[in-house]
Amino acid sequence: MRNTIFTLAIAVFTFSSASAQKQFTRSANISFFSDTPIEKIEATNHQATSVVDLEKSEMVFSVLMKSFEFEKALMQEHFNEKYVESDKYPKAQFKGIYKSEKPIDLSKDGEYKVTVSGTMSMHGVDKEVASKGIFTVKGGVLKAKSEFNLKLADYKISVPGVVKEQIAEEIKITVDATYEPYKK
Amino acid sequence: MPKKLRSPLTPLMSLTKSKLLLLLASFLVSSSVFAQDDLLDILDEVEPQQEETIDYTIATFKTTRLVIGQSVETNSEGVINVLIGHRFGRVNGSAKEFFGLDNATIRLGLEYGITDNLNIGFGRSSFEKTYDGFLKYRVLRQSTGIRKMPLTMTLFASMAIKSQDFADNNRENYFTSRMSYAFQIMLARKFSERLSFQLTPTLIHRNLVATKADKNDVFAVGAGGRVKVSGSVSINAEYNFIIPGQIASTIGGQKVRDSFALGVDIETGGHVFQIHVTNARGIIEKMIISETNGDITKGDIHIGFNISRVFTAYDKNKLRKKREEKRASKAILEG
Repeated sequence: MRNTIFTLAIAVFTFSSASAQKQFTRSANISFFSDTPIEKIEATNHQATSVVDLEKSEMVFSVLMKSFEFEKALMQEHFNEKYVESDKYPKAQFKGIYKSEKPIDLSKDGEYKVTVSGTMSMHGVDKEVASKGIFTVKGGVLKAKSEFNLKLADYKISVPGVVKEQIAEEIKITVDATYEPYKK
Repeated sequence: MPKKLRSPLTPLMSLTKSKLLLLLASFLVSSSVFAQDDLLDILDEVEPQQEETIDYTIATFKTTRLVIGQSVETNSEGVINVLIGHRFGRVNGSAKEFFGLDNATIRLGLEYGITDNLNIGFGRSSFEKTYDGFLKYRVLRQSTGIRKMPLTMTLFASMAIKSQDFADNNRENYFTSRMSYAFQIMLARKFSERLSFQLTPTLIHRNLVATKADKNDVFAVGAGGRVKVSGSVSINAEYNFIIPGQIASTIGGQKVRDSFALGVDIETGGHVFQIHVTNARGIIEKMIISETNGDITKGDIHIGFNISRVFTAYDKNKLRKKREEKRASKAILEG
């Protein structure tokens, strides 16, 4: 009998430890800002999906372009129709690794400065990117934050001459995600 | 030294066969989690799938006008659209008339999005000093995903009041004689990124007609479409076919004809410029469909343009709050 309990305990332990190392979210916030003297454009996506593997220090992000919400409806339409061409390229994805000085421990509160590097795929273009970010653990909950810039030209997103003054060449992106354990 | 010969597996051997099986199973289960080597696989799994979301078709046309007539597009909630419609005279006018450029008609218009689907609009045309007002309602919206809808359907109802002096002041004239109505059912489908098509059954009701042989109700069918040539430019065409035998009287000695328009849409951020050629001289539905007398074969062609400029009259914070509420209610539904 004792052996059975022991075996079960091992079973449960192996199972749960395997899954706790993977964290995911379906409601990460990804925003972008384009700032020019003429116009400030801001859009937020509250439905980004992300998975982090704490064991392998890997992370992925995926976002549906059509879920970006703009202040002006017409901007949203133009963003999807003319710039990122959402019907042709519905998603933007990031797959990469992070480097942290110490391993991320979910059992105690803490803050981890990380550098993230990997491949960003958007508008049919794959590009190597790197950025700094912060993981925080509070009450066993993992959160991630990052801020970085990207150039529209790198992703072959062309801006017509007439609106060049209104759209920045470099766009600031912020990421804010709160994870939960991934259970199969 | 018998102790040293003990295999490291000995503790496991003390387990019964069934327990061993259980342990093995547990490893299999946990390793099946590990087996998803690629995080993208997990991502695919947790990501909302296409079948779970509604993907609405956007930008079937660039603006609320196809060329000279209405398109299925509506202004989004809180959007004010200012439209200037301008039509020159006929290009076959003499040099004295500067090939039509001397003789222009204009309509100043204003549209407002009460909701994303319901619009209200007003306008005033210099032609016959006509005021018009309309309601436009998008009933169906083309979409894929969880809700599949092959086309967009928008209903349009307008009333126009001619404020020009009556032709004959000696007879008894009624105010209602100044009024006319237009009703349209617009059906459109965006076939591809580049190609959209619209069909528009139309009824024009005129309270006063010139002769007894003229019908008060005029039925017509409009058809039109666009081909996008670049992100910001599209070529649009439109044709309104009048079902024969409804209009007997002539206008300026010319019989009433089907109207045709060919145009280019150029979109620049908040503006849309539409430049076109057409045989119609009026800018509102009643004039376009039931009062076009230009004969294309004789060169009765007008050059015209529309300019539309949108303004967002929506309170930023109110919009944000509304979206948050929408998300919250969605989360409750899913949760």
